[in-house]
Amino acid sequence: MSGKIDDGLPHEEAVAGKYNLRLYVAGQTPKSLTAIANLKRICEENLAGRYTIDVIDLLVTPQLAEGDQIVAVPTLVRRLPPPIKRIIGTLSDTERVLVGLDIRPKGQ
Amino acid sequence: MMSIGDLISETQHLAKTPTGISGLDELTLGGLPTGRPTLLCGAAGCGKTLFAMTFLVNGAAQYGEHGVFMSFEERAVDLSANVASLGYKVDELVAAKKIAIDHVRIERAEIEQSGEYDLEGLFVRLNYAIDSVGAKRVVLDTIEALFSGLTDTAVLRAELRRLFAWLKDKGVTAVITGERGGGQLTRYGIEEYVSDCVILLDNRVQEQVTTRRLRVVKYRGSAHGTNEYPFLIDDEGISVLPITSAGLGHPVSDEAVATGVPGLDEMLGKGGFYRGSSVLISGLAGSGKSTFGGSFVLAACTRGERALYFAFEESPEQIVRNMQSVGIDLRSYVESGMLCFEAARPSLYGFEMHLARMNRDIERFAPSVLVVDPISAFRGPSTEIHATLVRLADICKTKGITAVFTSLSATADMMEEGERSVSSLMDCWISLRDVEASGERNRVLYLLKSRGMNHSKQLREYRLTDNGIDMIDAYLGHDGVLTGSARAAQEARDREQELVRRQGIERRRRELARRRAATERQVAELMAALESEESEVSTLIEQEEARERALEADRVTMAQRRDIRK
Repeated sequence: MSGKIDDGLPHEEAVAGKYNLRLYVAGQTPKSLTAIANLKRICEENLAGRYTIDVIDLLVTPQLAEGDQIVAVPTLVRRLPPPIKRIIGTLSDTERVLVGLDIRPKGQ
Repeated sequence: MMSIGDLISETQHLAKTPTGISGLDELTLGGLPTGRPTLLCGAAGCGKTLFAMTFLVNGAAQYGEHGVFMSFEERAVDLSANVASLGYKVDELVAAKKIAIDHVRIERAEIEQSGEYDLEGLFVRLNYAIDSVGAKRVVLDTIEALFSGLTDTAVLRAELRRLFAWLKDKGVTAVITGERGGGQLTRYGIEEYVSDCVILLDNRVQEQVTTRRLRVVKYRGSAHGTNEYPFLIDDEGISVLPITSAGLGHPVSDEAVATGVPGLDEMLGKGGFYRGSSVLISGLAGSGKSTFGGSFVLAACTRGERALYFAFEESPEQIVRNMQSVGIDLRSYVESGMLCFEAARPSLYGFEMHLARMNRDIERFAPSVLVVDPISAFRGPSTEIHATLVRLADICKTKGITAVFTSLSATADMMEEGERSVSSLMDCWISLRDVEASGERNRVLYLLKSRGMNHSKQLREYRLTDNGIDMIDAYLGHDGVLTGSARAAQEARDREQELVRRQGIERRRRELARRRAATERQVAELMAALESEESEVSTLIEQEEARERALEADRVTMAQRRDIRK
């Protein structure tokens, strides 16, 4: 696995503990915008340089909703590292997001 | 009192979407409300998913309306495998883009919540699925699974309310299933949001027998049948036993249908049962009820009519063999398809389920005569049996089917509870009885009633011979009806008496002849005596005359002599 080799370069796939995140939203609603802003802030504060974010607007690509079992929006899906994790909501509770993404263990 | 026709015309403004489930469309006078959501609720194992899938499959296959199945419980592969047993080829419909299946899986353990959310994702998915196949029908099975996956019930409720409104706007006919529980129709009370049509499914066990039932709880803007109706799920799909006409408006026939027993036809006065009538044949074990049924069926097949035989105690093979032994050959008609046997153990399902099954068989086979052998095999509350038999008899009457029901009596004492309850339904009742006398058992029958016929009131003996049922004139003596060898003995006694009497007459006649001969002889003797006396007397007279003549001659001679002397 190339992801395990730390070659010191900012190459995405090569960074250990790299987070591949997807945020599903439906249109540019206030909730969507809040969630996007919250996610960017949390990632910058906690995962600087170790993350990628894809924002998927389901109104544009509805066919993607089924694959990731999206019911609620906004939904944040952690695709990497495994296992897949889901966090729903506007991500306004930073603690819960960090716990949900396994960045910080529970109760710490 | 409104007729069904009035009800239909009155509800015409409300468009309906047929489910294709036989019976349910009649019950709801056309189907589910078009463009509105319908709630289908019931406890686990009621058949909610099957019902919903049937709605979609029939829509796609029969009515050209495509559908979306959004499953919150089963995966798409499991769904199509589960309904394959009902003969639904969901995979093919999916491949042909007639049905879309979307499995929504929500694992509470995998989901963390942080901040506000809504269910727009579900809307998007549903909308995408609807558009991808151009669906007119939508099933959400079971949407309440959301409540176990997501914690914020306030949000869920608000979103569900929005979802149902959205479905209406979308103009799709939706079926939403819900699990029954908590003293409500659904566990989370979603009936609150779906108020156009609510159908309740039920699976009740009574005396170890399960019966599925369906009830239309509400149907806004439409009349509907309000009772509970049994329904059936088997390898041919779902069928609901239809409501029977409330009135007694079925047409009647004057045509008589031969019973297959010539003597019985005579007794009935019209040469058989009226076509479309219901006939009850009751009797003890071994009295030949099935044989009467067999004769009736044979007569129908010989006339070229289709016959359906519901057997609940014997297998079809056994019936055919047993009928063969009394000279009733059914095998050839079974092979040619004129006669159809449907056999099932009575304990297989509840009485009403049997009825639903029978109804479907009748619909499919379209017989002109029908035998149910026997109705007494069913055990259950007599009110229920009565209610369902009314339906069966009604079905037969509306279709003009002549139906023969056999019933096993437990005792020789006339009527039992079960018989009494069905007797009023029957147009003709033949009672088969055993008469025990002089150490043997003989069979007699009589007609308890036969509506609209001047039937025989006589008790008649019958025998099961190699050539079917043979009716014999029962012997009526002063001690009542004599049968069997008692009848034979009485007949022998009668013959003897007859002989004695005839011999007496013969003796008297001979005596008379003898006396006549004697008298004639006496007469002859007397005549002879008389004749001899007569001849004696005439001899004397001749002698006297001769003497007279001699004397005269002497006198002449004497006178002549005197003249000469002068």
